[in-house]
Amino acid sequence: MPENLFKLNAKEYILPGTRACQGCGLSLGYRYALKALRENTIVTLPACCLCVLHGIYPTTPVMVPCLNNSFASTAASASGIVAGLQALNKTDTTVMAIAGDGGTFDMGIQALSGAAERGTDFIYVCYDNEGYMNTGTQRSSATPMGALTSTTPILTKQQHKKDFIKIMEAHDIPYLATTSPSYPIDLYEKFVKAKKIKGTRYIHMYVPCPPGWGYAPKDTIKTGKLAVETGLVVLFEVENGKFRFTGRSKTLAERGNRLPVINYLEKQGRFKKMNIEQLHQLQVWVDTKWQEYLKRAEG
Amino acid sequence: MSNVQIMTGNQAAALGAKLCNVEVVAAYPITPQSQLSEILSQYVESGELKAEYVRVEGEHSALTVCISASTVGARVFTATSANGLLYMHEQLHWAAGSRLPIVMCCVNRGVGAPWTIFNDQQDSLAQRDTGWMQIYCRNNQEILDTVIQAYRIAEAVYCPVMVCYDGFVLSHTMMPVDIPDAADVKAFLPPYKPHTILSPDDPRNLNPVLFPGQRRDSEGVLRDGYMEMRYKLQAALDKAPETIRSANTAFAEAFGRNHGGMLWEYHANDADLIIVGMGSLASEATAAADILRAEGIKAGVVGIRVYRPFPKEDVRDVFRNAKAVVIFEKSISYGYEGGLCSDLKAAFYGTNIKAPIHGYIAGLGGRDVKARELVAAAKDSLASFDRGMVEPKTTWLSTFTG
Ligand SMILES: Cc1ncc(C[n+]2csc(CCOP(=O)(O)OP(=O)(O)O)c2C)c(N)n1
Ligand code: SF4
Repeated sequence: MPENLFKLNAKEYILPGTRACQGCGLSLGYRYALKALRENTIVTLPACCLCVLHGIYPTTPVMVPCLNNSFASTAASASGIVAGLQALNKTDTTVMAIAGDGGTFDMGIQALSGAAERGTDFIYVCYDNEGYMNTGTQRSSATPMGALTSTTPILTKQQHKKDFIKIMEAHDIPYLATTSPSYPIDLYEKFVKAKKIKGTRYIHMYVPCPPGWGYAPKDTIKTGKLAVETGLVVLFEVENGKFRFTGRSKTLAERGNRLPVINYLEKQGRFKKMNIEQLHQLQVWVDTKWQEYLKRAEG
Repeated sequence: MSNVQIMTGNQAAALGAKLCNVEVVAAYPITPQSQLSEILSQYVESGELKAEYVRVEGEHSALTVCISASTVGARVFTATSANGLLYMHEQLHWAAGSRLPIVMCCVNRGVGAPWTIFNDQQDSLAQRDTGWMQIYCRNNQEILDTVIQAYRIAEAVYCPVMVCYDGFVLSHTMMPVDIPDAADVKAFLPPYKPHTILSPDDPRNLNPVLFPGQRRDSEGVLRDGYMEMRYKLQAALDKAPETIRSANTAFAEAFGRNHGGMLWEYHANDADLIIVGMGSLASEATAAADILRAEGIKAGVVGIRVYRPFPKEDVRDVFRNAKAVVIFEKSISYGYEGGLCSDLKAAFYGTNIKAPIHGYIAGLGGRDVKARELVAAAKDSLASFDRGMVEPKTTWLSTFTG
């Protein structure tokens, strides 16, 4: 286990100066993920912020082979790459499909469910910035209750975030993990582990997004940490059905010192129209989920 | 030595794919294509065909799997019909824009709503502008042979090919088919050698965002903008007829069967009246031409084999002496007329071909079309031409129109 960032793979696979926004959580998480997966990797991705990060033809800041796809097709594309490599006897390459929450929770769900059910040998990463950011911060089914988006501009989002991780767990895949770029070593280790496992591996990456969430770019790490501290984001992994808290969430579970969600919400512009009732509902929602996780950790 | 067996169109298509040693198959069942995807699973599970078969959860994914597998260098195959093809629409553009030599069979069927499982060609005609080449077959032998030719064409032009054949009329009808020898097919179609592949050995960002204008790369070389890329797709299809004709000629030399290249003719040379169609309907028209000839009307048939790229030069040549043209189509561009009718008229523009043209919409949703109906329709057209009508209104064949 690398005890500090200097022990991670020193090679960079993304050059600085991408087209992502300043303080983009995705850029950080993606950087560590690529470091963990190393050279023999193929990436496939749909329309999303990552596609923009990958640059405008004929230049790209990314030094991994990657295939751009239509919005709904990420996991099917990975299936095709895996099948093609298999047919050509090139079976040692890691295939990573990576899409936003819109391209996963919403439009990509059919292809992902199909690929996971078929046990396709690939890593699927959902980077979750809780909205359609590339198209201008519209609501997705990953947007939390009470958030302002450009399609919930006055009343805020009325529904809770879809518990997509549960849906992925229901596919009985060998490995599933949640990550945050605010905890890069935890993230890195999970990708290293996922790389070694065969079959469909699902990694959820919560990525704070300054323009979409309404906070200053310098606060990305802080925002990601608060999400974990308040239990809105829980760091864990499920290996062959066995649940385990990891990193900061593990200590929170042991010490019981979770912060109230308001500490996280009050620092983001997107929650400024949230009412007391919604705040209460969101706290209850987080508490209930947290209890479920605690129960699972007990076995 | 010939090896003739009796089989359905779906069996012929599956055999064709097998003879081409496709490496990845992805398909989703839909009537009347289903039997084709079943036969291919049989081949793969029994080990007769060494390929990866991805049993996808829908047609959008079927074509995505083919696109991605082709991108890493595999020869790929898929097939669908009707609403399955419509569900793929986004990926049809993606496949052509990616310049991948994918071959797909479209087992032609009418589209909903309302539902029909029976044949017409609205499904593939509605995909006309996706950048795919489209070849229409008239019998099961031609289906098998065209699948083989399609790979040779696709891999030379770097554009996908749709091999279209009529649902039930061909897909489920037994006909004798001469099965080519595997070694001969291999000689005609060597293993696929992709010119660019997605690989960790040479990392590339494929199909990224393009700006409208040209841009310089890191070495200062000016590279394509979106329009240059699109132009190249058009230019490739503009040149494709040469490849298609020569693939047909080479096939005829190797296997002794000539399916006509861009189009086929039946007594068209000396015909006053030329009947035009695609697929099995054009085949039926040959029987109509025989009847008309027996009645003293010099009729012939031109079957449009390749609808995209459109055989502009070829039709200008075969229609140069035509005195009257009648077109039967199993699809329509709603709000105007049959697409083939429009395209044919456009091809004649500015030439000396001034023959009057009458378009018919026929056989939608599996409505039976008999040779004698074609004969009666052709005679009606001739009568209206005699009355001086140069371009009569589109007629719906054997349809109660109130
Ligand atoms: C079929 C289709 N519908 C809509 C779009 C427009 N579109 C492009 S990206 C995007 C949203 C992406 O959201 P998400 O997946 O969450 O990624 P993010 O932009 O947040 O990184 C949408 C709606 C599209 N490209 N394709
Ligand atoms: S909108 Fe958000 S996710 Fe997208 S590039 Fe900007 S910071 Fe990153």
